[in-house]
Amino acid sequence: MQALDRLFISIGRAFNSFLSQFLPPTAVTVIGMFLSAIIISTFAALVFMFLTWLERKFVGRMQDRIGPNRVGPFGLLQPIADAIKMFTKELITPEGAHKVAYNLAPILAVAPVMMFFAVIPFGRDMVAADLDVGVLYLVALSSATEVAILMAGWASRNKFALLGAMRAVAQMLSYEVPLVLILLALVLMAGSMQLTELVAAQGVPFALLQPVAFLIFIVAAAAELNRTPFDIPEAESELVAGYHTEYGGMKFGLFMMAEFIAAFGMACLVTTVFLGGWRPWIIPLPSWLWFLIKAFAVLFVFIWFRGTFPRLRIDQLQAFCWKFLVPVTLLNVIVTGVVVTFFPIVRDGQIVVQGAGGWAVTTVVYFATSVVFGLIIAWLYRRPTQQALRQIEVGRPAARGLSQEVQAA
Amino acid sequence: MTAEQFVFVVAALITLGSAVGMVTSRSVFVGALWMIAVFGGVAALFILVGAGFLGIVQILIYIGAIAVLILFAIMLTPRVMGDPNAPRYNRQWPLVAVMTTGLAAVLTVLVLRTDWPLAQEGTPVITGFAVELGKGFMTTYILPFEVASVLLLVALIGAIVIAREE
Amino acid sequence: MKPYAVIGAFFVVGLILPLVTVIGATLLSPRKPNPIKGDIYECGLKTVGETWVQFKIQYYIYALIFVIFDIEVVFLYPWAVAYNRLELFALVEMLIFAGILLAGLLYAWRKGALSWV
Repeated sequence: MQALDRLFISIGRAFNSFLSQFLPPTAVTVIGMFLSAIIISTFAALVFMFLTWLERKFVGRMQDRIGPNRVGPFGLLQPIADAIKMFTKELITPEGAHKVAYNLAPILAVAPVMMFFAVIPFGRDMVAADLDVGVLYLVALSSATEVAILMAGWASRNKFALLGAMRAVAQMLSYEVPLVLILLALVLMAGSMQLTELVAAQGVPFALLQPVAFLIFIVAAAAELNRTPFDIPEAESELVAGYHTEYGGMKFGLFMMAEFIAAFGMACLVTTVFLGGWRPWIIPLPSWLWFLIKAFAVLFVFIWFRGTFPRLRIDQLQAFCWKFLVPVTLLNVIVTGVVVTFFPIVRDGQIVVQGAGGWAVTTVVYFATSVVFGLIIAWLYRRPTQQALRQIEVGRPAARGLSQEVQAA
Repeated sequence: MTAEQFVFVVAALITLGSAVGMVTSRSVFVGALWMIAVFGGVAALFILVGAGFLGIVQILIYIGAIAVLILFAIMLTPRVMGDPNAPRYNRQWPLVAVMTTGLAAVLTVLVLRTDWPLAQEGTPVITGFAVELGKGFMTTYILPFEVASVLLLVALIGAIVIAREE
Repeated sequence: MKPYAVIGAFFVVGLILPLVTVIGATLLSPRKPNPIKGDIYECGLKTVGETWVQFKIQYYIYALIFVIFDIEVVFLYPWAVAYNRLELFALVEMLIFAGILLAGLLYAWRKGALSWV
């Protein structure tokens, strides 16, 4: 079990010592860095291909249909067919498009999401770059993708693309604020921005200590990723295909890749900061396997959202962000600050919670505070919630007094 | 030349080259894109000095927020997006050329002649930059910290007042 | 410095991987341009008018408010990592900071700056 856990580390070390036999140490380090970058990026790309199949299968099943099943057993070779299609489709550049920006945009969209995985701890001691400002680095990368989207929208010389790009970026900007504020509360609890420290501080997963923040984070993450129910920027009936209207073939494939890999990256982030990262839960499996299991569980929740919820309008989604999520997450930071003062998890850089009893007390206190906080918020926002529920009621055919036949149709 | 020096040269070239590109570009949008490259280069320079936190903050704020703000402003003003055939020079360019060359010469001489305080060979790079910054904010620099929040509030109110008046 | 070097490597690989993919696609894909294919897509009709967006200031206001809150968050992160090494007074100082900004958000809300009208 120990050997399996350290499998990748052992392989890496063996490779390093093999290279050191005939190369100077600097060259070995540099090659090691690039090799880890290439391997992790390729892994992300493979996850992307698998994810396209997973999403279509799961959403299909949720919509009472089978999903891809022609190409290979259970349609598992579908992503390969899609890849071949992407490679061989004609790359039509719209006339009058700004050549350089048009071609650069898909590449600049993929680069930041690949850089995401540099700081994620995939297993025990398995992190490519243990950055001491890891959390902030991840947020900065999400900001960088917005620039690529604006470039794509403008360079296409297409009204719909421009509009779609601006809407997508406005949405991503808005939802970054609650995302960052929740991460702030978690950083406060763990006393560090370093992702490995965040995993180390989770004797109990932070999802249990801050359930309300966990739920809000999942929602804000879905919005940040432009996924349903927040996928107005790419909804077919709304703005054609949004900012990637004028992109065909592989360039469109790159935008898809950027989006799905960002989803996987966000799932990895959720796993690391909320679900305890690679820490095993009861069953002893290798740490990296636990990490993948948890990350895919989070991805499943994102896919589940897609198959279940209708889309939010742009004004609804912006109001939800600025009038609900931002004040709530800001208050959450303050509340967490108060609780951390009296029940600290980390003090002076060391974890101060002792043993199972200490963790039990900590869990109960934080969980109770979070639940009370959530109830107070629900009470404060009761009138808008009732209004929204009433609007959904009014939309139902029975409520509008329509005849039985129309209702059945 | 060590690896650090090499990276410094590359980052400096990117920053300066992008700055030149930004100033000489025909369309405002492309100029804004060059500006983003400048910000990226500056972030790399911050990281090289050892202020990793500031480098990441540079990317987060300047590229992620301010550059996006400027791009939005450019996209929302149609005349600015427009005419690549507008004249790029006016009749005062000889005078301006003389003045800028003079200014550049003065600055170069100034930079070369100043006795810059340099770090000693082998000074350790600061670790835990963000923690030190936080401690500083809460103890020595508490007043600037609170004044910053008031400044942000003023900026917010001012922006809303101006934007809502149209 | 080592972690940043790795990030630099990731950046380079992140640029090269899509570049190689696009080059591969350019080599493998047919290229038959004709004026109809090159036209800008506008639901099957010819493009009318210049390509610019209807002036809706709300986009700009959201970006503006985002800048303010982004800077606020950048101030709060050092506080968060240093908090476990400081005393109670740090909490009060942060409360003042966050309170002022929460007041700003409420002002923006009341003035209708947050509504997508």
